[in-house]
Amino acid sequence: MSPDATMIIARGLTKRFEDRVAVAGIDIDVRAGEIFGFLGPNGAGKSSTMRMIGCVSPPSGGTLRILGMDAHREGPAIRARLGVVPQEDQLDWELTVRENLLVYARYFGISRSVARRRADELLEFVQLADRANEKVDALSGGMRRRLTIARALVNEPRIVLLDEPTTGLDPQARHLVWERLFRLKQRGVTLVLTTHYMDEAEQLCDRLVVMDGGSIVAEGSPRELLERYCTREVVELRFGLDAPLAELADKVTDLAERVEVLPDRLLLYVPDGDTTLPALHDRNLTPTSVLVRRGTLEDVFLHLTGRTLVD
Amino acid sequence: MSHPAFGALNYWFVQYRRTWRSSLFSTLIVPTFYLAGIGIGVGGYIDDDYAGVGYLAYLAPGLLAVSAVQTAVGEASWPVYGAIKFNKQYLPMLASPLRVIDIVLGHLGFILFQIVFSVLVFFLTMLLFGVPQSGWAPLAIVAGALTGMAVATPVYAAAANAKSDDTFTVLNRFGVIPMTLFSGVFFPVEQLPALIQPLAWASPLWHGTELARVWTLGMDSALFVPLHVAYLLVWAVVGFYLARTVLTRRLVV
Ligand SMILES: Nc1ncnc2c1ncn2[C@@H]1O[C@H](COP(=O)(O)OP(=O)(O)OP(=O)(O)O)[C@@H](O)[C@H]1O
Ligand SMILES: [Mg+2]
Repeated sequence: MSPDATMIIARGLTKRFEDRVAVAGIDIDVRAGEIFGFLGPNGAGKSSTMRMIGCVSPPSGGTLRILGMDAHREGPAIRARLGVVPQEDQLDWELTVRENLLVYARYFGISRSVARRRADELLEFVQLADRANEKVDALSGGMRRRLTIARALVNEPRIVLLDEPTTGLDPQARHLVWERLFRLKQRGVTLVLTTHYMDEAEQLCDRLVVMDGGSIVAEGSPRELLERYCTREVVELRFGLDAPLAELADKVTDLAERVEVLPDRLLLYVPDGDTTLPALHDRNLTPTSVLVRRGTLEDVFLHLTGRTLVD
Repeated sequence: MSHPAFGALNYWFVQYRRTWRSSLFSTLIVPTFYLAGIGIGVGGYIDDDYAGVGYLAYLAPGLLAVSAVQTAVGEASWPVYGAIKFNKQYLPMLASPLRVIDIVLGHLGFILFQIVFSVLVFFLTMLLFGVPQSGWAPLAIVAGALTGMAVATPVYAAAANAKSDDTFTVLNRFGVIPMTLFSGVFFPVEQLPALIQPLAWASPLWHGTELARVWTLGMDSALFVPLHVAYLLVWAVVGFYLARTVLTRRLVV
């Protein structure tokens, strides 16, 4: 594969903080023009990985090449062509919206006149043009997030890294961001993002990896992951209070590819829910409620990373 | 192509544009307070030809160096600590092509500007009081700038290393205040106990004061000028590399 087609190549990429292993030797290939996603529970190592790719955090081990350059030796040259949306906004609250963009553009050696033009374009792009002269202080959380995205684009990057770009946004703002990210992809920009929203991953990502405890536990397109780790449909059965769910599960194991016992219900992973229901009836099982729904990425995620809180 | 550090420098000036008015009045008036209050007020009780020149003339160049030190400490302590701990201004810089060395250079460039500005105001006030007696007197501004930078870079390193603001309390009590009092600004170092004199000679403020005094008053120890300059440069340069090392350890994790 030519270095141009693969924008980011990581092999055995590792990050340690003293004796804590945040990223435990992962391999990644991000191709030009795709949207690549990281999913994973809190503390999985997503941000640590993003910071290494952003060349602000030196890897503790492994190799990392970005745009054909070595992350360790050519950090400044790589950063010149990256856009970064960190998990926490790092805007200057004392400065105005426009000043935040202009100041940042100067870090990239962009001339004042070009910076002014791009600032205006980008503020249009993220729909903040009418707020240009207000202090960041006066913006809502969602507006600050959009400003951070605009700032990441000021150097016309080849790759944009977005660490939880839509956390804390209302549905309108999320859809606006998705639509803008999609437009960037159409212009040929490569996007790498992390998210806790499965619908976001499903909508946006061409390919994604699921991280857990610093390692990659699954990778593929959303559709591939669904096919590999989930069934087409899921039947959710609720029984009365204090029903012996574990015993009930034994009675239906043969009806499903997999049965999962939750505190309040049973999940039957099946190819076709409509054929399951009569079978339940035949066995004299009388759930108080039955729900047949499609299998989702959320099911995949919970299956792979477990339902309990890790930390 | 301009040096990348100018990108960082630009940030501090943009921020300054919002705040300079609030500090301008005190910067302009404080030198007058000092020169009138101590130079003339205290000087009135002191022998007319103190150290051969009169107390006001003796004191003024030293106070110029003190004002450089005060500005240096003020600008290299809290703003640096805050840029790491609270306002996080360095993080977006790090995400750009800027290297840590550019970030430090840019910030120190702004600190140098502040030092030169306060020293310039002090020098102009000295002119009002009729202190300068030598054609070399404007070089006192250079003496002030050197003294300020000799102090600013190590203070920057200390601020970048600070885990809490206790660092600054210690720095002031055991660094800045004794240095200000015992570096030959208010009275000659020879009046100190012999054991303490070497400490005074080690202080950058003593070298800065001597330089400013020689240039302002045209006194006869011109022989030592290159030594004072070299000594102050060593502090500035060593402090700069310390600052870079400490900031790298703090931010690049
Ligand atoms: N600067 C640091 N010093 C020490 N430990 C750290 C540091 N940064 C991250 N870690 C640890 O590394 C692990 C991975 O953290 P990371 O921030 O990469 O997780 P994440 O997947 O982004 O989680 P989240 O979804 O909560 O943002 C955690 O155990 C975290 O405590
Ligand atoms: Mg994170």
